[in-house]
Parts: sequence; C-alpha cells; structure tokens
Amino acid sequence: MDAIRTESLTKRYRGITAVDGLSLSVKDGELFALLGVNGAGKTTTVKMLSCLTEPTEGDAFLLGKSIRNESGEVKKFIALSPQETAVAPCLSVRENLELICGVHGFDKEKTRAKIDELTRLLSLGSVIGRRAGKLSGGWQRRLSIAMALISEPKILFLDEPTLGLDVIARSELWDVIRELKGRVTVILTTHYMEEAEALSDRIAIMKDGRLLVCDTAENIKASAGTDSFEQAFIKTVKGAEK
Amino acid sequence: MRMLTFANRNAKEILRDPLNLSFGLGFPLMLILLLSAIQANIPVDLFEIGHLTPGITVFGLSFMTLFSATLISKDRGSSLLQRLYTTPMTPLDFILGYTLPIIPIAIAQSIICYIAALILGLELTVNIFLAIVMIAPISLLFIALGLLFGSILNDKQVGGICGALLTNLSAWLSGTWFDLELVGGAFKKIAYALPFVHAVEAERAVLSGNFSEILPHLLWVLGYSAAALALAVLLFLRQMKKQ
Repeated sequence: MDAIRTESLTKRYRGITAVDGLSLSVKDGELFALLGVNGAGKTTTVKMLSCLTEPTEGDAFLLGKSIRNESGEVKKFIALSPQETAVAPCLSVRENLELICGVHGFDKEKTRAKIDELTRLLSLGSVIGRRAGKLSGGWQRRLSIAMALISEPKILFLDEPTLGLDVIARSELWDVIRELKGRVTVILTTHYMEEAEALSDRIAIMKDGRLLVCDTAENIKASAGTDSFEQAFIKTVKGAEK
Repeated sequence: MRMLTFANRNAKEILRDPLNLSFGLGFPLMLILLLSAIQANIPVDLFEIGHLTPGITVFGLSFMTLFSATLISKDRGSSLLQRLYTTPMTPLDFILGYTLPIIPIAIAQSIICYIAALILGLELTVNIFLAIVMIAPISLLFIALGLLFGSILNDKQVGGICGALLTNLSAWLSGTWFDLELVGGAFKKIAYALPFVHAVEAERAVLSGNFSEILPHLLWVLGYSAAALALAVLLFLRQMKKQ
C-alpha cells in the first residue's frame, strides 16, 4: 500500500490557487521531498496532508485513510515538525518532550522510555535540562523533530527543517534525517536543492501549486540533460514558464 | 489527561516569565502601597483600604488577559499550536487548557493583594476569604478576553491592545481610581454598561458584607463573561480551521 496517495488535491485561498490538482503517491518508508521556490505550494500541501487545512477539491489518502473524512484516524499516525521550531520556550527540553508524551496519553513509564530513546537518537543529552527558548536554532530543530517522533508516527512531515541553520547544524540535521530513513515515511519540504538531492529517495518539483516532475534526483538530472541537480531544477522550473 | 498536561505547560510558561511575575503580581501590589501612602497623607474615601483593595484585585485581573492573550498569540506565532493541532487534542482540550491554569494564578494574585491590605490595616474578617473566592468567576471574564484577543492578534498587537488599552480602560471604567459619580453623564453610563465597574462593585459588596448587592453586579459580569467566552471559542475555532 502507498503511504500517501493524493488525487487532484487542490487548495484555493480567496481566488488564489495555492495547490492545483496535485496527484502523486509516496511509498511506505520513502523519504520524499517537495521542492520548489517560495510560493510553490509545498507548505500548503503539507498542511492539507497533515489535516491542518481542508482541501478545496480532491482528496488524499494516508495509509488508506481520507484526510477529508477520516482526519481523526489520520492524526493518529502522522506527526508534523512545522517550519517554525514550534517548541515551548520556557520549558526545558525534557519538559517539551513530556508535554508531547502527555498529549498523546503516554503513562509515566512509556514517557520515560520514549524520552530516553529520543534523547539518544537525536543526541539531546547535553541540553536535556536547558530551556528550549535558550537553545540555538540547530538544537531547537532537533528538539522539534524529537517532539514529532514521540508519537511513533508512520508518516512524518518535516517542513523546511534546516531553514536558517548554518552549514554545520544543517549537516548534523541531515544525519538525523538519514537515521529516520526506512523507519518512517518522511515528507520533507525544502527549497535547498542539495538537501533534496542528498536526502531524498524521490523528489517532486512544484511551481505555482502545480507538480512539474516527480522522480529520483538522477532521473530528473538525466531528463534535463545535466549533471547538476541545481541546473536540472532551474531548467524544469523555467521550462514550465514557457 | 491531555488537557491537564497542556494546562500544566501553560501555567509553567506564564509563571516562568519574570515580566509576568513582576507586572502581574508586583504592579497591583505597588499600587496598593502607593495609593495607601497617598491616603495616609491626604485622606480620600476612595483610597480607604477596604474600598481600594477590591478595585485593585479586579484591576490586577487585566494582567490575566495579557498573560493568556500573549501565550496564545506566541503559540500561534511559533507554530506550537499547529504542531498540537495534528495530535489527538480536541478543541475543548485547548480552550480548557488555556483557561483553567489562569484561575489559580488570579486567585494567588488577589491573595497577595489582600495580604498587603491586611498589613496596611484592613480588618481580618471571613469576608476577605469570600472576596478571594469571588475572584474566580470574575477572572473568567478577563481570561475569556485573553482567549479572544490571543486568537486574532499577534503578540505585538496583544501588547498594545491588552497591555496598554485594556488595562487602562478596565481601570478608568471601574471606579477604582476615581468616583464615576464625579464624571457622571455619558462616561458613567458607558462605565455601567460595561462589566468592569460591576466586577469592582461585586467585590466591594462581598468584602463589606453587603451580600444582597452582589448578585445584580455579578450577573453583569457573568453575562459579559459568557458572551466573551462564546466569542472567544468561535474565534479560536476559526483560527484553528484557518491554518
């Protein structure tokens, strides 16, 4: 079964079409990137798929459940790490993790085990007692991903996870994302070419809400007749303008 | 369980902010001391401790609006709410989670004010305890206003609207700083059409033991509280759907 299948998914805001008839599928365990310049419709797509906003037309099925009619069921197996860090600034790292365990109804034992596991996975041990609001952007992103992983989601949405990070912090976060490969289906939105190329099994390039191409980085480069993914992206996007 | 976890987090966020503590708890206390000092030099009935304290405790509740509105608008701005909307939390969990933790903070604030008033000469009677209890239903009005403003404003706008405008309006129109009879006319009519003066009058009635006077004033406050809460819930749900 596909982890995600969208059927003519469309979102319009006051006459502006943010996502226009998006139809694609994502395999179980795949790391799938939505790539595009600002305003391409990546975040709106993620918001629809994570049941934050209703589609104007079309539907999407996550593990067979409709985002329109079964959003309660969908929410049980998805998690979102939003574009902003989305942490509670006056709580410590541990308390932030406990908060999410609490809203998912974990008991004390499961909470402790889950926090230990995620602290190891994301190397949060050195900052576990520090207030989230006092951490650097890179650490806040790690915490944000840890918070998203608490519920053991089958599908994880990472919306621009490395936005605003320096090179080292970005590289460290890439390692974290690579760790997730195969464990969970990851939908990653980004406008960094190298990030999409380095991390993703497949990449969907979007522009003005429309899907231009959906394939592996190698195939996208081959189709564009270039060895550079950045050039392939530019050719694809500019080709769509003509 | 979910709601209590969220409420616990909200209480920590509010209480760990030093600005909240200094303004929310310190400012009303400072006003009691200052106005009592004026009263000691130039006696004014309005600033007599038994008359002044109920007004200050109600004025202090305007900071509860600021606390809750700031917290909600920051949670919206940081996308923490967006994250939580993808969890099994229900709209009721959010609304109660933002409302309930502020009630004990409001009660704690009024206890501090009454302790200060006792030190300054307020007679210790059982009515003080009743006046503290009365703060709970009155605080609902201010918390609902916080939920309402937090759902539609960003944190900078909240600072202006709740931090400056609402605190001043609730003070001027409450009869705490000056007798509304002295201004009279449209100002007095407007003040009595709004809930703030009724909140102060209800609190004064409890403290002075004039229990028969409580209900008419309390009904005004509860009416406004219900309307504000209903509107706040609608606006909160609307911004939740507008993600």
